[in-house]
Amino acid sequence: MNWEPFYLSTKLAFWTMVLIPVLAAPIACLLAYGRFAGKSVVDALVSLPMVLPPTVLGFGLLVVMGPRGVAGMFWENMTGNRLVFSFAGILLASLVFNLPFAVQPLRASFEKLDPRLLESAAILGLSPTQTFLRVILPNCIGGLTAASILVFAHSLGEFGVILMVGGSIPGETRVASIAIFEAVEALRYDDAFLLSTILVPVSFMVLFIINKINERR
Amino acid sequence: MTLTVAVRKQLSHFCLDVNFQCKPGSLTAVVGPSGAGKTTLIRIIAGLEKPDSGRVCLGDECWADTDSKVFVHARKRRLGLVFQEYTLFPHLNVRKNVAFAATDPDRVDELMTMFGIHHLQDKRPTAISGGERQRAAFCQALARDPVLLLLDEPFSALDAGTRRSLRHELRDLKNDLDIPILHVTHDLEEAQFLGDSILAVDNGTVSPDWFGCQIRSSFAMHNQTLQENSL
Repeated sequence: MNWEPFYLSTKLAFWTMVLIPVLAAPIACLLAYGRFAGKSVVDALVSLPMVLPPTVLGFGLLVVMGPRGVAGMFWENMTGNRLVFSFAGILLASLVFNLPFAVQPLRASFEKLDPRLLESAAILGLSPTQTFLRVILPNCIGGLTAASILVFAHSLGEFGVILMVGGSIPGETRVASIAIFEAVEALRYDDAFLLSTILVPVSFMVLFIINKINERR
Repeated sequence: MTLTVAVRKQLSHFCLDVNFQCKPGSLTAVVGPSGAGKTTLIRIIAGLEKPDSGRVCLGDECWADTDSKVFVHARKRRLGLVFQEYTLFPHLNVRKNVAFAATDPDRVDELMTMFGIHHLQDKRPTAISGGERQRAAFCQALARDPVLLLLDEPFSALDAGTRRSLRHELRDLKNDLDIPILHVTHDLEEAQFLGDSILAVDNGTVSPDWFGCQIRSSFAMHNQTLQENSL
């Protein structure tokens, strides 16, 4: 039994979980409290990865992250390495793919916060950034935790986008879901069964923890 | 510094049109029925809403002036505001709430002792009573060393005993503070007890007649009760 795909899946899910709040929290805050022209356009753009077929999103990312794409060229200039077919590439793809799954619960959590607390913060002299860090985030820690755990679970099962952007390079981009797919293709059903049955209790535990957090909120 | 307010704002059923001054060290009680525009007035003065026209000035400093397109954001006005229901931050204990925007750390202890909540400093807002929360809210507002104190029906959610006791504390406090205080209430007795001047607002405009009517009807009711009791 090769545990490497599980290690890679867990590593990918962990880093996605750690980095996604940095991207998602400001966007969720903007969508929850912001009043600006084009808000519904931003909302739709952020939610797009949720409804697009993973292959379509993956293809789009492949173009942007490829050697001639904006992100790909920038990365290559910075590090000297290619972004596609690398762990950094699948991590970036994972962040984009998971963005709506973090933004939606966070936005709901921010919208539930008593608006008078925000007014109090303004009266007490806090800037919008200070209000976000000192009032909004500490009072929405449950929503933040739930969003992070949901993203962790979602990242564990990612397939289409990862395959398009990362391919299946052992030790670099071959995560558990791709290893299962390859095992089935090669008629190694025992390996596929074992890999699949490990993912089920892990996913169950994650959902159980999210429910417990929601009960406490 | 004297607070000068002359603002107009169109609300859903009427136009708020108020013009008054409040001198430092004095408390102006703004009274009127529910939905008269009292809270909107407070919110305009605080900078939480913009007036359609007019100005809000404290001394020489203009916080809002639609003619010269001046609008100073609430966070830059350095005022204290106590809302109807407590708005302490639930993730912080009482001490951290009071110290949240305090200009002088020593003032935190002083204020908590003055309002009798020092022993509650480690408790969360959810673990203390409504009266204690309002005391903490007063401390929080005053710890910022405000240049203006706005009170939006701060006692209306409290029981009669706590309300009475807080009224007395506020009256004592008012004498020590050399800043204008604006106190919104729908309680005439409270307005008369605390106010150095009374501003009656009805349907968005200053209405001395409304106040007179209410006082007369309250006397009439009082006399009727006395007569009924004597029969």
